[in-house]
Amino acid sequence: MQGKQIVRFIAFVAVAAVLYAIPQARAQFSGAANSASASSIPASALIQPDALNGLLKPDAKEKPLVLQVGSHVMFDQAHIPGAQYAGPGSTAAGIQSLESLVASLPKDKSMVLYCGCCPWNRCPNVGPAYRRLHDLGFTKVKVLYLANNFGDDWLGKGFPAVKGK
Amino acid sequence: MFRCIGAMALLAIALSAATLQAAAATDPLLHKPAPSFVRNDLNHQRVDLAAYRGRVVLLSFWATWCAPCQIEMPRFVAWQSRYGSDGLQIVGVSMDDDDAPVIALTRKRKVNYPIVMGDEELGTLYGGILGLPVTYLIDRNGTIIAKFKGETSLSDLETAIQKALRGR
Repeated sequence: MQGKQIVRFIAFVAVAAVLYAIPQARAQFSGAANSASASSIPASALIQPDALNGLLKPDAKEKPLVLQVGSHVMFDQAHIPGAQYAGPGSTAAGIQSLESLVASLPKDKSMVLYCGCCPWNRCPNVGPAYRRLHDLGFTKVKVLYLANNFGDDWLGKGFPAVKGK
Repeated sequence: MFRCIGAMALLAIALSAATLQAAAATDPLLHKPAPSFVRNDLNHQRVDLAAYRGRVVLLSFWATWCAPCQIEMPRFVAWQSRYGSDGLQIVGVSMDDDDAPVIALTRKRKVNYPIVMGDEELGTLYGGILGLPVTYLIDRNGTIIAKFKGETSLSDLETAIQKALRGR
């Protein structure tokens, strides 16, 4: 009797573990499978919100150029102070707009791209924008890592933002 | 020994419940009247949120470029068909920058509920829509009773709709 209960308990735990692991593995796989996804950006090119906030302080030596590569509607609601709107990285028009913005900049210009439209591995914008700048030869491009979205991971953590176009 | 196993099982259940709770985010608008707005939908029909008083409203902020939103959309279409006669009204607010891709996608997906175009004003009205998808569930009295953010469990969302339709 006791043996059967132990077996039932072990079976329950095993089923629960499998049910938990399947969506995690699916998320990992879907991120790795798409070369244009945010997951394709190397870890060395990522910058965390608190680190970027530090670089943007008034006394910071060299402030990076911050470019939002997502939706204009979101940029209008709130964006990082000093950030410029570059256009969604997932569209040809957005990439063209990004290219125009950086056309006259030196290749060693320090830049930070961000979007925050969706959970990180679902963002369609930062991957293509990063890849384009990399292909154009820019050597100091970082991408702001926003795990969930701009609201939760930037505003929600008390970092500054401004409204407007 | 079995007390120990029982305690572990209870702990596991509590942890999984906490994980599910985290999916249903809290919001200052929760349990408050849903901010009203009037817009024209993609078919140029007037959509007045206040006019849906008496129905349960699922207000979905989404965009064509939002992958999790694409997973929700077919379910929303099915729910509008299944629960519409019980009093459910789904309203989509697209946060796309222009309506051309929205019109194309909603036609392709045969969306059977009104879609209006969102903007800074509408986003700010709902506390800032700074990440998608975001879905509000509004009861028959026009009060926001739940908010779902990010990749939500659609079965949890459907259960919440069913409860709201039963008036609980």
